[in-house]
This record gives sequence, structure tokens and C-alpha cells, in this order.
Amino acid sequence: MIEIRIHGRGGQGNVVAAYLLAMAAFEEGRYGQAFPNFGAERRGAPVIAFVRIDNENILRRNQILTPAFLIIQDQALLHVSGVTNGLLPNGKILVNSPQSSDELSQQLGKEVISIQASMLAKKILGRPVPNTTLLAAFFALTGMLSQESLRKVLQHKFKDAVLEKNLLLIQKAVELVPAGLWQQETDNVTSS
Amino acid sequence: MLQALEGSQAVAQAVALCRPQVIAAYPITPQTHIVENISKLVANGKLKCEFISVESEFSAASVVLGAAVAGSRAYTATASQGILLMAEVLYNIAGLRVPLVMTCANRAISSPLSIWNDQQDSMAVRDAGWIQLYCADNQEAVDTTIQAYKIAERTELPVMVCMDGFTLTHTLESINIPNQEQVDNFLPEYKFSRTLDPQNPISIGTLVSPDFYSEARHSHHIAILNAEAEIISANQDWEKITGRNSGGLLTIEGPTEAKVAILTIGSVYGTLRAAIEKFDLEQPIKLIKLRSFRPFPIDALKTVCKGLEHVIVLERAIGLGSGAIIGLEVLAALTELDHPPKVHKFAAGLGGRDIPLEILPRLLATLNESSDGRFRIFDVELDKLPEEDR
Repeated sequence: MIEIRIHGRGGQGNVVAAYLLAMAAFEEGRYGQAFPNFGAERRGAPVIAFVRIDNENILRRNQILTPAFLIIQDQALLHVSGVTNGLLPNGKILVNSPQSSDELSQQLGKEVISIQASMLAKKILGRPVPNTTLLAAFFALTGMLSQESLRKVLQHKFKDAVLEKNLLLIQKAVELVPAGLWQQETDNVTSS
Repeated sequence: MLQALEGSQAVAQAVALCRPQVIAAYPITPQTHIVENISKLVANGKLKCEFISVESEFSAASVVLGAAVAGSRAYTATASQGILLMAEVLYNIAGLRVPLVMTCANRAISSPLSIWNDQQDSMAVRDAGWIQLYCADNQEAVDTTIQAYKIAERTELPVMVCMDGFTLTHTLESINIPNQEQVDNFLPEYKFSRTLDPQNPISIGTLVSPDFYSEARHSHHIAILNAEAEIISANQDWEKITGRNSGGLLTIEGPTEAKVAILTIGSVYGTLRAAIEKFDLEQPIKLIKLRSFRPFPIDALKTVCKGLEHVIVLERAIGLGSGAIIGLEVLAALTELDHPPKVHKFAAGLGGRDIPLEILPRLLATLNESSDGRFRIFDVELDKLPEEDR
């Protein structure tokens, strides 16, 4: 079972990102479970969402305390106490940040890949919402789910111009990261 | 059809498939996405139904009460403070023996203010005279919602479908949504035997003198107890159509030689099942999933608990000043056995506190302690409290 924790702020589409991930797993005939852990429900407040992906029905409903992957939608959250807690020893972090991957990896002592998701989203969508960019990059890095599945679930979620722009966005996002870099880690947690 | 859906969205679709004619709901917190999704179905013309947004839960309950006695199949949903505001009307709905279905998206009650999950809200109205069914996952919530209309309309009692707030309502997972034909085959058209009709006027809700009040209460009590048969048969009939079993009054699983059982209610069931698979336990255990809390299935419980040495009851609410709610009812039921198992009473997961898999070995470890079986909040962290409150 693959466990992923997404950290962001209210308004960044955290829960949507979690739902899209689980829906993409469903598209590929696997089981997905996604749920938020709301704090105070207001724009800008730190928000956490959880995703599990498995080849079997997922029974547990507890929060994810030891994720294999962290997706961080706001780089400032990297320095908030508890955000990186419980990440598995070989766990990886994908972050929306203008800082370089090397710089952040060194700071955190974990493998971090950073992409400028907000900036790209602002350019293409007109709004700095980083969620779909990060998802596309995450799918490319891990190879756990295909870009085709992401396109399909975006088609369920969005329509017309917003859909078109998101489809363009994820196409660009994939080019920002080395494909398959985290494949090994994904295979390890999938089989465990 | 199998779909990846949020629990609230799935329940909204289930309600729509039951062809309700009137839905009334208060649209603001603590409301869930259930009625929001239903209102979209109505607005998009996919559900022909009178959708009434009201100014309070008191009115929501009053409107569906009126609609049901006027002969409409009706629905509402609420949680937490909303159910408390409805409380007076909930007693009236039940006392008037009106068939209705309501979802309670279980949430904690303030004060202290909490928006998160526990089951204090539905427990607060456990004696209102409604049938209460609890769901372990979103599939059960969908199937139970549909079954609830059948049970309500056959027993002329209201049914509260309780599903854990957030833990189920906000979780997206694979859910099988039945088709319209399956639901139509299962659920006949609503026909209320005491529909208000100006051509044949009757009075309802009249004053009952002390000469008849006890008899009215007895009759209501017996009607709920007798609903056991309808709950079982609705589940069986639905299983014949869909192949899915939501668990009748209760279910038990685990090795026959097990002497220890854990009784759960609601969504913690899945976490405990995962924990049983994960941990190499010293002793085999059984898992009891209590689905029907009202009627409380005394005989079914006695049957499945016969021969057990320990029953651990894990609930998500507290009877302040007494302790366990379900735990005490289990204890009372099992004292009727010749060699009753010892009942251990715990609450956990209050106000959204996470229940991790590790709760299972920790619960079982309490059996080795010289436990007096008395109620406690299992996951309380006493060091957070001043000395005098521990």
C-alpha cells in the first residue's frame, strides 16, 4: 500500500489533489482512498489531506502518520513543525518552491524535488493554484499512475477552458522533473 | 456501477434513487455535502423533488414531518448541534409514528466547540424513538439509506442512518451505486396509511391523558423492538438484488475458538480489521459490528457472545457522569447469559481524535491487567490535565 500525505493551505486545492490522486488509482483498476484532515476551515490555514493506493480494498481509516511521499503545496510549510514527521526512511518530498531541489534536500536531509508549480499555474491558468502541476510531476517521478489517468480524472472534475488549461499545465509540469526518479521507492512500498 | 466518490456524494445519489418528493435541510454548518449534492441534482433537473432550504434544523425536521404525513416520501440530513436543535421535533416524528429517513453525519457536540467526528450527537437522541442504524463504510451508508426507506415505510417508524462525519462523509473511495431499476424493484411507492386528507379528516398529536400515555409508550417501544425483523429482511432482500450485505442487526467474524471479542459501531470497524491482519496477536479474536443500536438487538448479541470470556466495547461517545452508553447496554444484555463474558467499556476517538491501528494490541493488553471493567476514555492523555481533573 502506498501512503501519501499532502500539505497545503486552504484555497490551494489540497483536498481536490487528494481526490484526484485516488480517482486516478480507481481509473487504473486499483483501490484509492482520500480524505482531508481539516483544521479551521478558512483560506490560508494549513490543511492536510491523506491518500492511500492499494491493489486490495483499503480497510483502515486512520490518519497517515508514516507516509512514503509528501507533497507540499506551500514551501513555507516545510519549516512548520510536524509537516515532515513520520516520513519513511527512504521517503521522498515533492514541493512547490522557487528554491532548488539540492538546496532543500540539503536543508531537510531528505530527498526533495522542487518545482515552481505556483508560477507555472499562474502563467497558464491565471491563478497560482499548484495542485494539478504537482500531481503531474508526482505521477512522472513515481510512475505509480499514468498521465493518461490524470487527464481522465481532470476531465471528470473540470470543464471547458479550465480543463483545457489544466491539460496544458500538466503537459508542461511533466517536463520539470526526471521521469521515473522515484520508481524504485514506489515499487518498494507497493509490494510491502 | 462502481465509482470513486466522496461519501456525501454517494449518499446524495442513493437518496435520489429512492425518489423522495420533499427534502428540507438547513444548508449551513454543521451540514454536509449530502444536501448540497442533492440540491445540485434537483437544480440540474436530474431529481424531481421539492427542495426546501430552511432557516434552522428545527424547521427542517418540521417540514419533513409535515411532508411525510401529507403523503410524501421525505428526507433530511444533519449532525452535531443541528440534531440537538431538531431534538424536540425528532421525538414528535417518532411519537407520531411517521416514516422518515434522516442521515446523521456523526459529529461531536460543543462545548468545547469541535467540528470533528464522534457519535455524541446521535447518542443524545437515542431515546427519541427512532430506529438507528450505524454504517461501517460508505458502501454500507449507500445501501443502508435505501434499506432505511423500506424499513421506515413498513414499520411506520423513522430511521436515522448514522455515518461517521469526515471519516466517511468526506472520504473518497470506491462505491457501488445501484441503478434505478434495482432501487425501484426494492422500494415500492410510498403510501402512508394515515395520510392527512381533507375529505377524511383525522387528528394527530392530540393530548393523551395518564390513562393512555403508558400504553402509547409501550406500543412505541414494542414497535421498535419488532422492527428487528424488518431490518433483517430489508438487508436480505437488498442482498438478493445487489449481492451486498450490510450486516442486518449485527455481524460477528473471527475464529470460532476465540474467547475475546471487540464490539464496534461505525467506521472504526475497518481500522480494527486492518489491525487484525497487521499484528501477530497472541490470541485469536472476534470482531462484532453493531449495526442496529435502536432496536438494541439483545437476543442476537446474546447468541454471538455465548461462550466468550471477554467483550471489549469500543464506542465513540460518553455518558458524562456515568460512563459507557453502548457498553452498559451490552453488559445488561449479556447478564442474561448463564456464564456472561466480562464486559470492558471504552470510549475512543472523541472529537475527531485519530484511532490508529495500534489501538488493537493496546486494547487487548488491558485484558492482562487486573481490570475492573469500568469505563474509561481509552486514549485520554491525563498529563494534559491539572492534577485534580485526572
